[in-house]
Amino acid sequence: MRQRRKPLPGQHLKSILESLLFISDVPLTIDRLCVILEEYERRDIQQAVDLLREEFAGEGRGIYLAEVAGGYQFRSRPENADFIRRMVRGKAFKFSRSALETLAMIAYRQPITRTEVEYLRGVDSGGVLKTLLEKKMIRILGKKDIPGKPLIYGTTREFLEVFNLPDLASLPTLKDIHELADQYADIEQTELPLEVSSDGNDAEQ
Amino acid sequence: MQPNTLHDNLFTDNYRSAYTIRIESFEGPLDLLLYLIKKNEVDIYNIPIASVTRQYLEYLDVMKELNLDIAGEFLVMASTLIQIKSRMLLPLVAQEDDADAEEEDPRAELVRRLLEYQRYKDAADSLAGCEMLGRELFARKFVSPEIAGLKPDDALPEVELFDLIQAFRSLLATVPEDTFHEVGAEGLTIADRINEILDLLQGKESVVFERLFTAPLTREYIIVTFLAILELCKLKMVKLLQASTFGAIWIVPMLLESDASEEEAVARSAP
Repeated sequence: MRQRRKPLPGQHLKSILESLLFISDVPLTIDRLCVILEEYERRDIQQAVDLLREEFAGEGRGIYLAEVAGGYQFRSRPENADFIRRMVRGKAFKFSRSALETLAMIAYRQPITRTEVEYLRGVDSGGVLKTLLEKKMIRILGKKDIPGKPLIYGTTREFLEVFNLPDLASLPTLKDIHELADQYADIEQTELPLEVSSDGNDAEQ
Repeated sequence: MQPNTLHDNLFTDNYRSAYTIRIESFEGPLDLLLYLIKKNEVDIYNIPIASVTRQYLEYLDVMKELNLDIAGEFLVMASTLIQIKSRMLLPLVAQEDDADAEEEDPRAELVRRLLEYQRYKDAADSLAGCEMLGRELFARKFVSPEIAGLKPDDALPEVELFDLIQAFRSLLATVPEDTFHEVGAEGLTIADRINEILDLLQGKESVVFERLFTAPLTREYIIVTFLAILELCKLKMVKLLQASTFGAIWIVPMLLESDASEEEAVARSAP
């Protein structure tokens, strides 16, 4: 049996991690780091990553260590985006409203079939689903075990990467149905005080 | 207080006629209904179905007038609204034999769908509010162009067959028609032209259609070149793109793309 190499001091581990994270073009998970850094303990790796995150969270840095798609990745600071765009000369991209709507439904309701998406949206969604598949925001998870065996869709790791989310649980919480209904009720109520005020002191009417 | 804040950027203000509203900006019948409910400032649990239906149908009329294709979904919703309206006119006792579900307010199902839809509309807004890779954030591998499908070749629409034939015809028109038939050895084959075109495209991102017709133009040359282009398209070795309607047609080699990704795959698998 091969003897494990002797672990190097903690400071060194942090420097190794910094190099790995700098080079990697995908977010590195702790699992992956443990495989690469076999001579280190998982606990020490996690600790060093946390230290690194703290260090890069400091003022005056151009990059920070983002927790994204189940792993860690160096990303540029949002406030410098305009300058980066000058360099890469890419247009800031935008998802269409229908794409975002569909993506939201899939993200929150996955696994979901096309029929379910179309019922929720009230419109044919074949085209949007195709675009989202092409952009690798969603993927086919399999087939639903109901007559017709429709395909079921879910979001991808790339989706989490693009929307800067550590995991699906970090999606903004969906609004409660009653809360939404209140939005509409509020509209009606805002009108009421105006009418009453013209009546003067008789607020009961 | 502005009740229509959500739609402010989408719809023209109240001073203009209601019919100047940009109908195409509705995502679907649910979106249109939500807009009408908001516009009328009514309680979503107590939708005045008669007036909302009337307004909904008015919108469909405007769409017809503007010659917009009314998607089938809009018509399905129209019939649903009319059905709800008629059910509300009927006395409830008429349905005593039916299941309990029939006791429900005929609008309930629609309201549920509307609220559920609103829920995901809001969720879409908050997704759009996320700091996005390629928009606010950038990382080592600059993924945004491929994810956003903004590759220069994707940004241009693909050429319709009609445009291609048009380009071909205008080229042919520049060549005087032979007045007599010449029987001779076939000087040029499609395979030759395919190879020539591929050579020309070698290492280039795109070549404008006309550049392919460099040699002294003869009908034979043009036709063979045209067939070669069609063959290359069929083999998915090139893509034809057009910047604007009646604009220049660009030929984009497809090989470069797969070569690049192959290289990438090799590089990644290397230890």
